[in-house]
Amino acid sequence: MRIEQHPILEFDRGEKVTFFFNGQEIDGYTEETIAAALHAAGIRELGHSPELHRPRGLFCAIGNCSSCFMTVDGQPNVRVCVTKVKAGMHVEEQEGKGVIRND
Amino acid sequence: MLIQNGIPTAEDILSVTPSEERFSKGPVAIAECFQKIPCNPCTKACVKKAIRVEPDINETPKVDFDTCNGCGACIARCPGLAIFVVDKTYSETEALVKLPFEFLPIPKEGQLACGLNRSGEELGWFPVVKVISGGKKNMTYTIGLAVPKELAMEVRNIKAGGYQDGR
Amino acid sequence: MIREAEVLVIGGGPAGLCAAAAAASLGAKVLVCERDYVPGGQLVKQTHKFFGSEKQYAGDRGIHIGKMLVEEALANPNIEILTEATVLGIYEDGIVTVLHDNKHLKIRSKKTIVTTGASEKFLAFPGNDLPGIYGAGAVQTLMNVAGVKPAERVLMVGAGNIGLIVSYQLMQAGVEVAGIIEAAPRIGGYLVHASKVRRAGVPIRTGYTVKEAYGNGKLEGVIICRLDEKWQQIPGTEEDIPCDTLCLAVGLTPLTELCWQAGCQMAYIRELSGHVPLVNENLETTVPGIYAAGDVSGIEEASSAMVEGRLAGYAAAESLGYEPEKAKELKEAAAAELSELRSGPTGARILAGLEKSASLLAARKGGE
Repeated sequence: MRIEQHPILEFDRGEKVTFFFNGQEIDGYTEETIAAALHAAGIRELGHSPELHRPRGLFCAIGNCSSCFMTVDGQPNVRVCVTKVKAGMHVEEQEGKGVIRND
Repeated sequence: MLIQNGIPTAEDILSVTPSEERFSKGPVAIAECFQKIPCNPCTKACVKKAIRVEPDINETPKVDFDTCNGCGACIARCPGLAIFVVDKTYSETEALVKLPFEFLPIPKEGQLACGLNRSGEELGWFPVVKVISGGKKNMTYTIGLAVPKELAMEVRNIKAGGYQDGR
Repeated sequence: MIREAEVLVIGGGPAGLCAAAAAASLGAKVLVCERDYVPGGQLVKQTHKFFGSEKQYAGDRGIHIGKMLVEEALANPNIEILTEATVLGIYEDGIVTVLHDNKHLKIRSKKTIVTTGASEKFLAFPGNDLPGIYGAGAVQTLMNVAGVKPAERVLMVGAGNIGLIVSYQLMQAGVEVAGIIEAAPRIGGYLVHASKVRRAGVPIRTGYTVKEAYGNGKLEGVIICRLDEKWQQIPGTEEDIPCDTLCLAVGLTPLTELCWQAGCQMAYIRELSGHVPLVNENLETTVPGIYAAGDVSGIEEASSAMVEGRLAGYAAAESLGYEPEKAKELKEAAAAELSELRSGPTGARILAGLEKSASLLAARKGGE
């Protein structure tokens, strides 16, 4: 859920765009990070741990901890908390450590 | 105890409360700031220089009650939102308590708001007499609430929302 | 291709921006590398008013201070800011490597100021990896930067300044705060922050910790319990707090990887909250030409981070030969400001830590 009115802040979200999460269309804004847009859509589970497949989500939201790794447009291990939304992006839950592309 | 639960004790409050004699003369500022931290914007906020933080900025603020005229300029400037203005001469039965407020929705003058004490307990519904905006940069509102005189030193906040229309 | 820089500032938060402005004011050319896509560091999330004195912009909201520092830096012809630029390493030949725009850049800097700040600590308890367990900073980023409601009902762990302030900000964002628990027997943050949340009805309970978190695929609640005077959990004191988000505000650790990698002498100093680089009165580390300022050299406050940044900036410019007399004066003024900020009870811990650091540095010199 996005905050519409705040006692102190005004939010410049940029332009509204749609992107894809596990194939599902999600609304986002160009000044938002993927993590924030997913959170606003109620999505907190971003992947699963490598060994025990436990659900994983954000922790630090600032690029330090690597808890939010997802696969974005085929590229694995993207820290979605510091990556902005782009129209048409394909964001997928990552299982474990992801596979680095060779190209 | 303040350091364990964030609630000033009766002794804490007494140490910054003016005399009944001073209260009988009109509104006065009460700085409920009890910890020595490096901070002094209150001294700059007061045009009458009635608040002192001396000898260095770690001291707690001391209000000179005789110089203070209770204008309330300091309320919206204190970073800790720790200063209140109490006017026990407001009416026969009521005191006016001015407090800082930074939540939505902002009440409207004439509505009734639920007054809370320092522990967040509800004390009753009181008329909102004054709503002063802090401006686009400050954004801290100053709310003037008319409370029964005996609650003048108790009401220190309002519940955000649920305001009732005044009679 | 190697890019030359006079002063390289690593980290564009309050300390870094002030270091850049200070060095530039004496004539040095400064390059700031900031990892995030906007500079400003933690200031971009701080909606509350800052403490301190006028010289540290007391009374202004952190967001406005941040905006002002960034605007001033951008307008300064002596300062260039590279965003989305992650510094990877600092090498003996003076080369600093940076990842920027998917390219691996090399910068040769004459002086380097490390102002990389800190990161949040974590707590160990069963269920601590459930979605919905966030650092307090994460919650701030979501609500104050992205404008996204981070939760419906939060339990806050930690009653230091961050725990208290973020609880207040959560309420401003329309989130219910179930309570604040603190393991220590007393509130560690400023008591005026505690009083603000208390009079909004949020309980603060000292002597409590998280026993475990539970939920099916996501956080649904937390079991808290009391601690005895030896910090051990007391059986039978468990309480169930339903919540969808648990916020950990249990302390910060300096982000010192670059200092370690560059070969700076490091020391574990409890009062400075962890491993920090040893620095002299110019905030220069034991590697000549590398300075450290702000939280990276000891967890403190934004106000002192800004002044330390200035001090390091003046020192770096001075060592390059820029206006030595003026630099000396400005350094002394900054040092005096720091002393003033630290002269009260809240500064005692920092001063104790700095003393330890100074004696370790002196011992090292003596051993040479």
